[in-house]
Amino acid sequence: MRFLTDRKRAIGNGSARQGTDHHWSMTVSSYGLLLLVPLFLIAFGPMLGASYEEVTAHFAKPFPAIVTALMIWVGMMHFKNGVRAVIEDYVHGFARELWIIIMVALSYATAATGVFAILKMAL
Amino acid sequence: MADVNRGNRPLSPHLGIYRRQMTMITSILIRITGVALLASALLVVWWLLAAATSPEYYVFVDSVITSFLGDIVMTLSVLGLWYHLLGGVRHLIWDQAAMLDIETAQKLGWTALIGSVVLTCITVALV
Repeated sequence: MRFLTDRKRAIGNGSARQGTDHHWSMTVSSYGLLLLVPLFLIAFGPMLGASYEEVTAHFAKPFPAIVTALMIWVGMMHFKNGVRAVIEDYVHGFARELWIIIMVALSYATAATGVFAILKMAL
Repeated sequence: MADVNRGNRPLSPHLGIYRRQMTMITSILIRITGVALLASALLVVWWLLAAATSPEYYVFVDSVITSFLGDIVMTLSVLGLWYHLLGGVRHLIWDQAAMLDIETAQKLGWTALIGSVVLTCITVALV
């Protein structure tokens, strides 16, 4: 019993039939963000420190509005899935579940707030 | 059966006994920058929300983010963003089972470290 490994306990129970989805979601969002990050820096960067009128007019244009909204949404979903792996590595027991729930909620809340702000300026 | 023997088995020596290596530092930095970028995202969304709310609120939030401290935080955010991106590319390459030998892996690590600094300088200068 003392030398029983996790693997030995798992043998015979069949496969979990899931597990690659997480890795695949990180891969897909990575490729998306590879394109979005430079576009976002171009669309968003010059607006820091600009006047209120300039900013609202800027984000009323299609390119800055769409790129920034996509960056926030895809970025926060990438964060939601990525931070889950970090939590699963370092936090255990109930605290782990709690932290995952907090981070999922925070990710959606941040993404929704960002997209709302863009929509309000764009429409 | 679940969890009957957790923590009661002999474990192999873990991270603590290894000499720090460039590949492990560059690996953990991806996690650190990834988690830290949450703060950057919250600041950007706060700024956008302020711009969508009112001119007065926008001026307040913009003055916070473009203050001296704000500039430092945003510059570090850009550095973290580029590092996380380049480090991520390294993983996308490794996912294809390519460039896995130690020498190339170390070169990729240095590329991410130096490349993120260069790209940050370009971003700050041009954008």
